[in-house]
Order: sequence, then structure tokens, then C-alpha cells
Amino acid sequence: MGNFYLDNEDIQFYFKAIDVKKLAEIQEDYAENGDADYVPYDLDDAVDNYRRVLEIAGQIAADTLAKNAEQVDEEGNTLNDDGTVTLNPKVRENLDKMGAADLMGFTLPRRYGGLNCPTLIYTMATEIVSRGDVSFMNMFGLQGIAETINAFASQEIKDETLSRFCTGEVTGAMVLTEPDAGSDLQSVRLRADYDEATGQWLLNGVKRFITNGCGEILLTLARSEHEIEDGRGLSLFISERNECVKVRHLEHKLGIHGSPTCELVFTNCPAKLIGDRQRGLITYVMALMNGARLGIAAQSLGVAEAAFRLARVYANSRCQFGGPIENLPAVAELLTDSRVSIEAARALTYETAAVCDQEHNAQRVTETVPDLPKEKSMPLKRLMKSLKRLNAMLTPMSKFYSSEMCNKVAYDAIQVLGGSGYMKDYAAERYARDARITNIYEGTSQLQVVAAIKGITSGIFQSYVEEFEQTVYEDAELEALKAQLVSAKEKVVQGVEFVKAKSVTYTDLNARRLVEMGCDVIIGHYLLKQAALCDRKKTVLKYFMAREMPLIEKNLLQILGGCQLAVDSYLEIVGPVPAAE
Amino acid sequence: MRKMLNCANFNQDRNGVISVGFNSIVCVKQVPDTANVTSDAMTPEGTVNRSALPTIFNPEDLHALETALEIRDRFGGTVTVVTMGPPKAADVLRACLYRGADRAVLLTDRRAAASDTLATSYILSQAVKTIGNFDFVFCGRQAIDGDTAQTGPQIAEKLEIPQVTYLEEVIDVKDGAAKTARIRRNIGNGFEIVDVQLPALITVIETANEPRPFAAKKVMRNKHAAVPAEVTPEDAESLKAKGLLLEQWTLDDINADLNRCGLAGSPTKVFRVESIVLTKEGFTEVEPTEEGITALIQELISERTL
Repeated sequence: MGNFYLDNEDIQFYFKAIDVKKLAEIQEDYAENGDADYVPYDLDDAVDNYRRVLEIAGQIAADTLAKNAEQVDEEGNTLNDDGTVTLNPKVRENLDKMGAADLMGFTLPRRYGGLNCPTLIYTMATEIVSRGDVSFMNMFGLQGIAETINAFASQEIKDETLSRFCTGEVTGAMVLTEPDAGSDLQSVRLRADYDEATGQWLLNGVKRFITNGCGEILLTLARSEHEIEDGRGLSLFISERNECVKVRHLEHKLGIHGSPTCELVFTNCPAKLIGDRQRGLITYVMALMNGARLGIAAQSLGVAEAAFRLARVYANSRCQFGGPIENLPAVAELLTDSRVSIEAARALTYETAAVCDQEHNAQRVTETVPDLPKEKSMPLKRLMKSLKRLNAMLTPMSKFYSSEMCNKVAYDAIQVLGGSGYMKDYAAERYARDARITNIYEGTSQLQVVAAIKGITSGIFQSYVEEFEQTVYEDAELEALKAQLVSAKEKVVQGVEFVKAKSVTYTDLNARRLVEMGCDVIIGHYLLKQAALCDRKKTVLKYFMAREMPLIEKNLLQILGGCQLAVDSYLEIVGPVPAAE
Repeated sequence: MRKMLNCANFNQDRNGVISVGFNSIVCVKQVPDTANVTSDAMTPEGTVNRSALPTIFNPEDLHALETALEIRDRFGGTVTVVTMGPPKAADVLRACLYRGADRAVLLTDRRAAASDTLATSYILSQAVKTIGNFDFVFCGRQAIDGDTAQTGPQIAEKLEIPQVTYLEEVIDVKDGAAKTARIRRNIGNGFEIVDVQLPALITVIETANEPRPFAAKKVMRNKHAAVPAEVTPEDAESLKAKGLLLEQWTLDDINADLNRCGLAGSPTKVFRVESIVLTKEGFTEVEPTEEGITALIQELISERTL
């Protein structure tokens, strides 16, 4: 009987580091409860509920998901001749357990049977689930589909679907990618035609790389306006699984074998429109993707935590040269680096989740509560707008930082285990394979950088960080570390000014460096706040600063160096295109 | 099995209310966590220092509860849990509600203190009779504090119903005029399949199933549930209004004969408590011949092992 929540002090620490009660307050404000009999009595009760829910998730992750993970990885799922998919029995068991524990409607309103938990708590649960089985997070984490339905679909569609998500009876898929529309979703071609005779939409075309495409509820991005070629011609549709949609192919992947990745063929599939025409990509999918990106950041934390723990146990028990290998400085550094990186990424991801909560709830209240007094609605609207801009930077930053982090941590875990880590005998290789997808799907790291850099060049970064700089710490040591962060921020600003003055191309080329610098400064402030609460965190902060501040310096020097050869001398350096074998 | 799902099972209680399916009563116990015993677990007098031990849900009782819940989920009916103990034992009742039990009863009475298995089984049998209208009584095989495995079978004796011990699987249940169950029981070196007429008492072992985790919404609701002894009378009123006041019974509520309860009803006397450290003292090799085995058996008999 393990528990991936109770054994993780750092996750529990966030009940202190973040004002969870405040999040509960905005979450419960105008909450639609229907006739639910599990409404919290007050805010403390709500916070207590969050802990209890995480405890349940922690138990299932340890006792069921983690135990099933190896077999799921080995066997995967099965594609049947009739274009359906049979889930691995262990995946089925995982789903049944989570559904029976009421964990499949985490953030949905109680009127549909949901738990009405804040995004922060859902993010924690996602991390915990992913530590048990990274691939299962793709089932658990698809709750964003239900959230999208809740946010944008008609009441009729909500009533039809949402309670079934909450019980775990159905799972969903976001059906976006096509063979020729991956990162560039504007070029989606799958056709949606309105059939006047039957009064319904019909979908035709092919989708590829669809996570859980064999799920019961599909949210499909399709071109409803055939004369408009860009994103404004796309709408979002919902359909139930039926024989007009066939799974043509199940991908053979490097990792996350438990998550079925499907190629789907739509043949006159009847579907219903979600919300308004033409807002499919620009409004709905963008909202969906933002939530999904935060989910991947949490998934990254989970796999990193699993890999780190495995490596730590091994380094502690494996003896060479007369003692455990963790006594060797080189190994100690690998593990310290991993642990600090996980905590840094967790700070960024959880703080971002809390900002999401503020934004979502401000939006929910302003949009759904009729007759909201002006003195309440105006500040909420203003808050929502500014948080939206902030989130447009923080969410891609979290996804970028955490996914890159987990790849490094999983890679280093294999290194700690040495030859044993390379073998299938340990889970280290599975973690590394599973981690590899996180900086690819829901937008590659390169795309996250494109999204995040706007916030850094537009001044959002600067004003956000300067708010943190206002905090005065009693501890002189913390004040000194804060001064380092102020100077680091100035380096980011200096870098931004330099690239802007040079060219757009040069800005693009250095975006990654600037985003890395920005992440470090923001995380530094989060850790500073935590260090004031906890001595151990102060040590973590010191390590983080000692490691990262020179990198900020290095990044700035590289930016100021002005080298653009990767673009200007591309052909000369990379040489001719190699002959196809 | 599928066919039986279509047949309704009718139970009619005293008030004439008809319910469908199989009604189970599960006897559960809060026990000291003997796996985490600390040095102050025993008092100098040699009795168990209960206050120094963390308490847990008796492990095999969880499997008994799971068996009952599975039967209800498949065939309909109800699951009522009953426990005997101090007010704090309401913890295990709440844990049952978190997993989906329909009704929970705490039997708490100072006059029941110091009951041995004979008195306990008498009290529980009276509680089961008071609850009434049942097809199954489930117990864990044994509790980790006393390790006797006597209470379940003794309850069956007192209720004068059949008993099946060491359940591993409920293979089948049949309704109709005479309800029966087909059960696979573990007999140590194999299994035995038995048919039993209901109502029957069944004791369950831990290989029977995997207890389900808590359901979040049931936790959110029932964490507030309490027995009257845990709350003030005013709070009890407000809990009652919300349907969260758990039943709390005394020996009077179950018409118990006080001479059969507590110390008076307990012929078992603890003579002495010893701390025994098991040590290995070499081994004996037995020839795999008729003579060798005979000698071994005789030795075991003379040592009263057999």
C-alpha cells in the first residue's frame, strides 16, 4: 500500500506555498452545484477535500497504475479488424478504478457529478497519476475535453455528455492533427458539410496521431468554411463513437505504449457543432491546448519524479569503491541537479496552474452569472484580461521548462544506474522513452518558445517579475539572492533590447535563450518566496541560483555576440542534403 | 450468471418494503496496527496499551466488505456494516461509507468491554438479528489483534445459520424461494467449492479480492458523518437533518442478555502474556520413507504440534 501523494512532501508543501484557500474561494464562487450532497461546508472544508482527493489519487497511482505500468508498456493496446481498438485489460482496470473513485470529473461542476476542484489540484493529481504510469495520464488528462465542452458547448450537449465523463463511462479525444497539419493547425483539411436534409453536420477526412482516438467522444477540428483557407475557416465538432469513424492504424511508438495513438478515417460521420462556426481553432482549440499544455507540464513532473526516485534508491544501495555510489561527487551532483530541477519545474507549473485558476474563474463568473453587479464584474473582467496575457506566457513556459527538464532527469537516471539502467530490467529506460514525447506533443518545445517569447519581448515578463521584486525579505541572505534576480532580469531586458534592434530573424534565433533566462528569473522568485517559509527550500534556492545565474550570463553573452550563422550560413555549415538511402 | 441478473431477488422487511437483490451485513473491527508496533505497545502489566498503537481497519474485514459490495453492485441489495467498539471505532464505519456501504451501525457500550470471542460473537449476533432481513453475514477471517478466527464462526452458531469460512470467490448466487450461493473456499493446499443455503455467514480471506479505493464524492459527504458519542447534541441534530448521523446502539438496543456480555460472558481469561522471540535451532532431516515419516508424525504428536 503506497501513496504517491502522501510520500511526496514537496507536493504537500504547496498547500502552504500557494494560498489554496483563496483558490477554493474563487472556485466555489457561484459554483453550480445542482443537488449535489457533497458540497463543502466552508473553504477549509473545501481545502480538506482537495487533500483527500489527492490522497485517493495517490493510492490508486501507487497501488494500481504503477503496478500495471510495465505490462501495459510491454503489451500496448490492440487494433481490431473492424477498425475498433481494444484497450489493454490493465488500462481498462486503471480507467475503471479512477472512474469508481470519482476522479474522472475532477474540475467539472458538481451539477454534472464533477468534483469542482481547482486546476492546481488537478495539476497535482496529473503529476501523481503520471508518476504511476506516464501513458495513463493521457486518459486521465483528457478531462480537458470535458472542460472544453463545459465552457463552449450548448446546454443540450453538456447535459448529454458531461455526467458520463464524470463516471468514467466515456473518455474523449481531441481530434486535431492531420498528415499535413501538425504544428500548423491552420491547414486542417477534414471537411465538415452541413446537410440541409437531415439538419446535421457530416465529417469526412483523415486525422493522424490522435491520442485515444478510439475514445467514445470525439472533438474534431474541421473546415466548415471551404472558401476560407486559414484558421478562421475551422470549426469544432463533437461526435460519439460510431461506425462512420474507423481506426485505420495504431501507431507504434517509442514510449507511452498504454496510450492508443490512432489514425482515424471519417466517412460521413454525423456531428454537432460546438459553439459558433469559425471559432474552432482560434478560440476553442486554443483554450483546450492551453489546458493540455499545463497537463503535459504536470505529466513531465510525474515522470521526472519517478525516474529520480528510482535513481536515488539505486545510488543509495549500489556499492562500488567501498560504499554507495551516491557518496561519489559526480553521482551526487546528478541526483542533486535532478531534484532541484524537479522542484524548480514544479514551482513554475503549480504557480501557473494557480494563475489559470484565477483566470478561468474570473471568466466563468463574468460569462455565466447573470445580473452580476457592475462593481464586481468590471474588476473581474480587467483581472481576466491581464491574467490571460500572463498565462499566454506562463503556460508555454511551464510546458517547455518541465518537459525539457524531465528528459534530462530521465536521461540522468539511466546514467546513475549505469549499465543496469540501459537494460529492460529497470524502469529507467521506460521513463526515458515515456519522457521523450513530452517536449513534442501539444506543441513542441520550439513552439512553446514561440508562444512564450511574446510575453518576454512585450514587457509582460518584466512587470510580472517586478511585482515580485517588491517583496522585502527579513532574511538578509534572501535579500542578497533577490538582488541577483533583479540583475538577472536586467540581463533579460538587455538581451531583448539587443535582439529587437537587430532583426526579427535574430529574435527568433535567440528566443529559446531568452525564454530560458526568463524561466530562471521567474522560478527564482517563486523559490525565494518558498525559501522564506522553509529552510530546506532556501538551500534548494541557493543551489538553483549557483547553477542558473552563470547560465543567464552565458546566454546573454551569446546573444550580444550577434552570431547568426545558423541562418546566414546554413547551407555552408550543414552541407548538401544527404542522399536518401 | 447473466441470466440471473435478469431475475429479481425480492426481500421484504418488517415494514413491508420490498428490496431487490441480496442484503449483506458486514462485521468490521478497528484494530491496533500490529505491523507498526512500538516498544510501548505493551504495558508493564502485560496488557495491550491501546492508546500507544495507531488503529487501522482490520485488513481482512476490508476484503469482507469488498465481497459484500461486489455482490450488491452485481445483483442489487444493500450493505450494512456493524462494528463494536469505542466511539472512535466510527472511523472504520466512515471508511466503509467512503467505499459505498449503505448503512453503518456502531455498537458501543461499556458493559461490553473485556468481551472475549464468545461474548463478542453473542453481541454481534444480537446486532445482526436486530438489523435483520439479511442474506449474507460477512466477516474477515480473523482480526490481527487477537488472531483467533473464532468470532465469525461463533456468530453463525448463535444465529443458527450455515457458515463458510476462508472464502476466496463467490462463484454464483441463486435467488428464488431458496436462495443459495456457490463459494470457492481456500483449504490451505487447494480449494473446495461449496453450495450454501442463504442466509449464511461467510468469512473472507485477503486473496478474495482487492478492496476498492475510496470514492471522492462519498468521502466529501461522509467525512462529516458521526455517531452521537462523537459530537455535541446540537451537532447531532444538524447531522441528523443531513442524514449523516450514524446509528449508535447499546446492548439494550439489541436485547442482549447482560450475563452473556463483557467480562461476565467471557470464560476466556488471559493467564499470562509472554514476549516470545522465535529462534532457529538447526534442522532435522527426515528420510522420505514410511519409517521416517512415521517417526516425524510421532514426534509432532508428542510435542503436541499435531
